Amino acid sequence: MAMSLAFHIIFAVMGIGMPLLMVLAERQWLRTRQPVWLDLAKRWSKGTAILFAVGAVSGTVLSFELGLLWPTFMEYAGPIIGMPFSLEGIAFFTEAIFLGVYLYGWTKLSARAHWWAGVAVAVSGTVSGIFVVFANAWMNSPTGFTLVDGKPVALDPIAAMLNPAALPQALHMTLAAFATTGIAVAGIHAWMLRKDRSSPFHRAALAVALWIAVPASLLQIVSGDLSAKFVAKTQPVKLAALEGHFKTERGATLRIGGIPNERTRETPYAIEIPKALSFLAFADFDAEVKGLEAFPESDWPPVAVVHIAFQIMVGLGSLMALASLWVVVLWIRKRAPADSRPLLGFLALLTPAGFIAVEAGWVVTEVGRQPWIIQGVMRTADAVTPMPGLVVPFLAFTALYIFLGVIVAWLLWAQIIRTRPA
Amino acid sequence: MPEPLLPHVLAFVTMLALNAYVVLGGADFGAGVWDLLARGPRKDVQREAIAHGIGPIWEANHVWIILVVVLLFTCFPAVYAYLSVALHVPLVLMLFGIVLRGSAFTFRAYDSTNSPVQKWWGRIFSIASTVTPVVLGMSVGAIVSGAIVTPPDATFTARFLTPWLSPFAIAVGGLTLAVFAFLAAVYLTVEAETHDLQEDFRRNALGAAVIVGACALATLITGRETVSKLTDTLLTHTLAIPLQIITGVAALSAIAALVTRRYRIARAAAVVPVSAIVWGWALAQFPWMVPGVHSVTSAAAPAVTQRLVAYGLAAGAVLVVPSLWVLFSVFKSDTMSAFERVDTAEYRATDTPPKERS
Repeated sequence: MAMSLAFHIIFAVMGIGMPLLMVLAERQWLRTRQPVWLDLAKRWSKGTAILFAVGAVSGTVLSFELGLLWPTFMEYAGPIIGMPFSLEGIAFFTEAIFLGVYLYGWTKLSARAHWWAGVAVAVSGTVSGIFVVFANAWMNSPTGFTLVDGKPVALDPIAAMLNPAALPQALHMTLAAFATTGIAVAGIHAWMLRKDRSSPFHRAALAVALWIAVPASLLQIVSGDLSAKFVAKTQPVKLAALEGHFKTERGATLRIGGIPNERTRETPYAIEIPKALSFLAFADFDAEVKGLEAFPESDWPPVAVVHIAFQIMVGLGSLMALASLWVVVLWIRKRAPADSRPLLGFLALLTPAGFIAVEAGWVVTEVGRQPWIIQGVMRTADAVTPMPGLVVPFLAFTALYIFLGVIVAWLLWAQIIRTRPA
Repeated sequence: MPEPLLPHVLAFVTMLALNAYVVLGGADFGAGVWDLLARGPRKDVQREAIAHGIGPIWEANHVWIILVVVLLFTCFPAVYAYLSVALHVPLVLMLFGIVLRGSAFTFRAYDSTNSPVQKWWGRIFSIASTVTPVVLGMSVGAIVSGAIVTPPDATFTARFLTPWLSPFAIAVGGLTLAVFAFLAAVYLTVEAETHDLQEDFRRNALGAAVIVGACALATLITGRETVSKLTDTLLTHTLAIPLQIITGVAALSAIAALVTRRYRIARAAAVVPVSAIVWGWALAQFPWMVPGVHSVTSAAAPAVTQRLVAYGLAAGAVLVVPSLWVLFSVFKSDTMSAFERVDTAEYRATDTPPKERS
């Protein structure tokens, strides 16, 4: 399951970002009629097609795996959080339909109708991603039911769907999708431009990618801050683990880097900034931040994993924001980003940054919630299937996904990026 | 009218979605079977027609199964959990099939330069298309026969393997494959652009019809001992006789239309008996969703969830039904003439000269 999710999330992220790139490129084509834009739109639609297909089948696996691995969880949670899944199903249906229309309809539709089909793909893809995150957010802040004798009663699926974590998490994930895709595409074309600065194809691609990457990466800083403040309020154990923060204190120290040690209850080798954690978590330099020691050890997530994943996510996110800021400065000075050789190098280096940050962020939210599958309600160990020998399907799916991942990467490279523009 | 109404409506919608998956998504799998079996001088043309027929629609068709799963875990969570445990092994196999089929088809479509590799994708696509329906059918056979109901302390084999490996389940698996292949061949007769190609698919369709008949017979024979209830209900229920008459008439009309080369009529008629098999299954098992364990009413989620899902489905239908209509009217309305290769076709908007050039 974890493997399937880790794999699927990459495709989901690009599946949300790519259609927007494709639609923007086609719009430029309709406006300017410069063939380079049509070429770009077609290439990106190929990429979308490959990513969507693999994303759709790996998503199908997930919809079954929820039951195959966590039957108890689903029996419990299905009626409460089925709502966003049902809505996601509808959004996904719409996306699949219009993707078919878009990919195979270049000659069958008017240019305008074709473009709108692309818009429908981009919108429904984003919306379906948001609904899935809503369901995940519920696992972090379960609402919309009352527990009586360990059984959920008085269900309110709407309240469950619009749980307190839903909006901060959905915003964070959607921005992550756009930032990741934008930076990855910009990075690839930046790398190409370092060899061939005048290529109109790569210049156009870089420009569109940056339109998405820059605002998303900058807004992500704000959204990340909101998310952290939310976690501080609702999941103090998770926050303490994120920060490698063991002792409850006022004016808590922010630790950047470092390796938390659960035995000695210290986080050595970190850069420490006094009082900064209190400020970031509660907007008050003297606020009290609960340390892990305030909670029973049986409720701790694996602290080192969560802390390090969090450092990776924030670090890479900050680098992406820094690159975006650089681009904004160039825009203000009316210089094309494609003409700045150091920026191109920086972007090329950042190509995989978004993906790594997304995976790290996923570790933060999922591992950070352990040992709970539903925060404070159900423990992960109680939810797992009674089926023995789970390691067999796990290894088989892992092998399959690695294989597919390699193929997709190779196809995107060979079919879309490497081939010379017409 | 069964009481309470809402769970029955939702169970009905779930079956309707499954029915749609069988006649639409099922045919996409069936097309893969014909890709595997493509023979003779026109085998490449056949494969191309197959790829062209399912390319624009298979992903939308595939969503029906996701809808079934989502409805099941939202509205009948106990059934979903039960089936997920009991059918763990075949469902995992089916998922492998689904992943390989979809990815390989897409990889083949977008890997236009490298022909030896492309052949491999074609092979994986067609084999996965053939194996997946069999496993799906075996799972259904295990459910309908009640074999999935095993004590939790049974051995691994008795609990997780034998239920879906019974002769009856295997017969249902064969029937599923044959039905999917039959549907695909009938649809392809309408979409084939040349007379020769039509004749190929017509022959395939008639051959598949014979195998469907044989598998149906095998299902009844193997089922007589283990699932006398199924055959009993199918013969005695008040709805059974009309259902069987409709099935018989439609099946014969489809075959007659194929023989006389009236392909559009055959396509319309072929859907009926296939759907009737799906509903016959539902009827045979009713009111049980897991025979003897979970019924439509006992497994139903709380009323508030059901009501919200019903609203959601109604709202979704407003969005999805017209969209589906657009999809099928763009790609399937004049399937006799609209048959250009997508990757060589030029974008219509390129007909107008560019306003400016850089």
